Amino acid sequence: MKVIEVDNLRKRYNDRFVVDDVSFTVEEGEIFGVLGPNGAGKTTTVECVAGLRTPDAGAVKVLGGLTGDALKEKLGVQLQSSALPERLKVWEALDLYASFYNRPIDPMALIERVGLADKRDTRYGKLSGGQQQRLSIALALVGNPRVAILDELTTGLDPQARRDTWELIEQIRADGVTIVLVTHFMEEAERLCDRIALIDSGKVVAVDSPAGLISRIEHQQTVRFRPSGRLDDDALKNLPEVTGVHRDGDRITVTGGGNLLLAITTALAAAGVVPADLRVEQATLDDAFLALTGKKITNGDAR
Amino acid sequence: MNKMILVEAKLFLREPGALIFAIMLPLGLLLGLGMIPDFQEASPELGGQRVIDNHLPAMMTILAVVTMALTVLPGTLASYRETGVLRRMSTTPVSPFRLLVAQLVNNLAVAVVATALLIGLSNLVHGTPLPGSPLAFAGVFLLGTASMFGLGLLIAALAPTAKSAPGIGSILMFPLLFMAGMWIPRELMPDLARQIGDFLPMAPFAQALRDTWAGGAPQTLNLVVMAATLLLFGGLAARFFRWQ
Repeated sequence: MKVIEVDNLRKRYNDRFVVDDVSFTVEEGEIFGVLGPNGAGKTTTVECVAGLRTPDAGAVKVLGGLTGDALKEKLGVQLQSSALPERLKVWEALDLYASFYNRPIDPMALIERVGLADKRDTRYGKLSGGQQQRLSIALALVGNPRVAILDELTTGLDPQARRDTWELIEQIRADGVTIVLVTHFMEEAERLCDRIALIDSGKVVAVDSPAGLISRIEHQQTVRFRPSGRLDDDALKNLPEVTGVHRDGDRITVTGGGNLLLAITTALAAAGVVPADLRVEQATLDDAFLALTGKKITNGDAR
Repeated sequence: MNKMILVEAKLFLREPGALIFAIMLPLGLLLGLGMIPDFQEASPELGGQRVIDNHLPAMMTILAVVTMALTVLPGTLASYRETGVLRRMSTTPVSPFRLLVAQLVNNLAVAVVATALLIGLSNLVHGTPLPGSPLAFAGVFLLGTASMFGLGLLIAALAPTAKSAPGIGSILMFPLLFMAGMWIPRELMPDLARQIGDFLPMAPFAQALRDTWAGGAPQTLNLVVMAATLLLFGGLAARFFRWQ
């Protein structure tokens, strides 16, 4: 079942289309990633989906066409840079937000769930970044939504807090909540998302699974090694799996797809050469983005 | 709605600095300045009244109200906008408008408490008479406070940053307080200054509080200007207020 349908969405700020003809659908129960560099139009896109902005053109249909309060009842949203009053305590925030919905989740159970049970009497301003982010997720879930939009939720977190947050999201999905995850962080998208819409300059470059996106590029794998003896490049170049062979001193770098490693080792065995320091690198989403758009998405960290 | 008012009230009490300032400063000034012998003597300039009969208490009431309306209220709302509190609420079925209402209720409550303390303690300590026309006094208080809240909301709507909002409020506050007679009773002002004051937001409030405190009826012009202030500033605030 399609939970979100976005058709030819366009949104303009000051004569510039920040969202320019974006279309995608989100299926029930999946984690759908909206991935792209900063300023690609990701947040504006999901704000249109959440009913917080009015599109200039195109159509957005959520849960069969809910709008207004009925939509907000069923759609949990965690927006970037939305803080809470510094002096508001964790339990008060959840208790207050629970009162906004018709059928909320028990706030105390949710506090337990997001790992803030021992922080329930702590003020928002005294929480760490990761704890604030988990409270923020909890607030997006307290209305017992069917769909949750989570925008850049691990930006600024340390690696441990980030992994904890990822686990939490996987648990939420296991509960049957469809999740739209906005991120510019590749590792996060690759780890969590079932499917990803790759967005650049307001346009959808591709919609596919992480593996599907990576399989679109030519050099899916890179194998590096140092041959034990003389080796003719043609022995490798003639393999159907190989797309390129490069030498750097005594090291050889082979790029290609399919079962590249097996093809190379078989060819080396046939030539009586043993590969030393053998390393295999799989292409990443970063590489896929580079191949599909011609630019690097980010420096790869999530600051 | 009740829960939101309650939560906002708790937050208010957890940041007691502003409350203490809004309540204790006018109270301290009233009780302290009221000790000055001249203020306890009948003054020909005030038509035979003593300064502590209604001029000083009314001015301190105004000071308490405008401290809340022009600095605390706009500061809080502007910071709620800047930090995304209003934006987060707009993703829920409940409109952030309710948060604004909760803020107004709490600010009004503080102004009422401050005024009640001013009336009661000044009566006990200095023998200031209780407001002579209590119903009219209460009506003037509510109308005037609402008009000041209107100005405060407009400041919150137009302030570029959260930090600048209380500053803008203070900058407006002092000249308006001056024209309202804070430092020189309006009876001693040149006619022109008094006439200009009649059409500014604060002086009619002060005049009407004094008139009803003394047991008279408020002047129609004062009431009209207060109502116009409320409609004008409230309307502009509604027009320009941004939730994010």
